[in-house]
Amino acid sequence: MGWFSKLLVPDREKSKVPQGLWEKCPGCQRVIYKKDLEKNLWVCAQCGYHFKISARDRIDSLVEPGSFKEMNSNIGSLDPLEFTDTEKYCDRYKKARDKSKMNDACLTGTAMLGKNKAAIAVMDFFFMGGSMGAALGEKITLMTEFATENRLPLIIVSTSGGARMQEGIFSLMQMAKTSAALARHAKAGLMFISVLVDPTTGGVTASYSMLGDIIIAEPNALICFAGPRVIEQTIRQKLPEGFQRSEFLLKHGIIDMVVPRSEMHDKLEFILDFINSGERAVE
Amino acid sequence: MTETLQANLISLEEKLNEIDSQISKFKQISADEGIKLNEVVEILERRKLQLLDELDAWQKTLIARHKDRPLACDYINGIFTNFTPMCGDRHIMDDHAIVAGMAYLEGRPVVIVAQDKGRTTEEKVLRNFGMPHPEGYRKALRVMKFAEKFNRPIITFIDTPGAYPGIEAEERGQALAIAENLREMSQLAVPIIAVVIGEGGSGGALALSIADRILMLKYSIYSVISPEGCASILFRDAGKAPLAAAALKLTADDLYGFAIIDQIINEPAGGSHRDPKSTIENVKAALISNLDDLCRVDKNELLNGRYKKFRNMGVFCSFDN
Ligand SMILES: [Zn+2]
Repeated sequence: MGWFSKLLVPDREKSKVPQGLWEKCPGCQRVIYKKDLEKNLWVCAQCGYHFKISARDRIDSLVEPGSFKEMNSNIGSLDPLEFTDTEKYCDRYKKARDKSKMNDACLTGTAMLGKNKAAIAVMDFFFMGGSMGAALGEKITLMTEFATENRLPLIIVSTSGGARMQEGIFSLMQMAKTSAALARHAKAGLMFISVLVDPTTGGVTASYSMLGDIIIAEPNALICFAGPRVIEQTIRQKLPEGFQRSEFLLKHGIIDMVVPRSEMHDKLEFILDFINSGERAVE
Repeated sequence: MTETLQANLISLEEKLNEIDSQISKFKQISADEGIKLNEVVEILERRKLQLLDELDAWQKTLIARHKDRPLACDYINGIFTNFTPMCGDRHIMDDHAIVAGMAYLEGRPVVIVAQDKGRTTEEKVLRNFGMPHPEGYRKALRVMKFAEKFNRPIITFIDTPGAYPGIEAEERGQALAIAENLREMSQLAVPIIAVVIGEGGSGGALALSIADRILMLKYSIYSVISPEGCASILFRDAGKAPLAAAALKLTADDLYGFAIIDQIINEPAGGSHRDPKSTIENVKAALISNLDDLCRVDKNELLNGRYKKFRNMGVFCSFDN
């Protein structure tokens, strides 16, 4: 579950070109002018490769400009296990906070999509691999409870290497906590849209990410419970091409649709319009 | 590598056996010759306890996985009467990593859902070493919904290295199956007790553990990841599993200290495999007292209590910025 592996070093870090003006596309190996990439929501115009983006950039690409009102931004993790591996967890965590200007691996709040208000939580892979610790679990749960109390639809954009192992059992229990909050949201008859982007794995996949009324993935995102390396080691076989990618999950009936980044806002708006529209089909 | 990591448990067991044989030798001499050797016996007993006090997280992990440790089926056979298995997820197959069915606990009708690793090689293969596929989790949920429909409390036994990581498991939605169990179990309107009897391996264990009471045997473990997995990812060396085991704080004592579990069930010195019968009795007594408590609680209160229990898990802070 908490396999999050070395292979998950953010692309943008790896492929940095010295001047910072150009970016190499991991999909087609072309070197792209950064300004063009930004304009295209960090999607390669040539091959459609979706670069990883920060939670803030994601929110800008998803909701009506200026409509995002952040909530619970102060919540951060502690170090209840006093965990140390090759580095102290508290040091690692502080570095992540300093670098990202975020307090943990997601932003939560309310926002507008078209004329629909929604509760929204967006994860950030650049913050410790989007790993789920107690702060993240608390923020997702608070947002879900807020949505239930205020009868709002909920959108969660997931990207995660899995559980934050440094928080041990507390990180595992966030799966239970978030899922229980979603059970109440669902029971109230409210809509939850789960959006999965590359990569969504481990404990996050095996909890709220899979509980959407509608589950949408960006193209070619790795979406799995156990990571490919773990599976290869277990079964000692090469994995088939495209295994655990969005299109594979679509084919196997696990998700509803694969939607490119440029169309995501419109798709979410359509779904919210659909459930909020006063007119219902006549019997 | 696993062999060297296991060597320290074997040497511990040898020491325990040696002390035990010394104790019985002294008792024999004392009986044969009519000499009082109580003091010597007491000293030896104390030494034995000292040895066990010093057990570290890794040694406890090895005991939790011990080849002779009682398995779910041993508890089912030893505690309940008229166990009647229920099979299948009604879609794909019957996953033998999960054992489920109806039974009586001293006359109380209950529904059991358990993970069993298998004892013999054949059983291990049949039960996939206790690693369920999605069908196992769906079978579990089907049986638990049956329990809710007919108002029967649920008892789960947890003992798994984790949910199975394989091609078919992913294709058929392993993550989805676990997630649905987490969500649905939080709403089941009957008492649920989970007992961790061996290895509580991550999400694969959690998927049967959304319970009103979580009990753990003294030498069982419950963790977000195996010590080996954690060692190879964070410590960059699978051989550092003993270090990772300590860092993860995965023993029953640790989790009780964190208020994640409700009760530690005692085991005989050195582990339940050294005296399965007394362990089974201890588990039975714990189940009866917890079940009788829970059955007195009103349904709404039960569900609110369960929600709050998991809602409060997690330590976080508020920054001033
Ligand atoms: Zn490209």
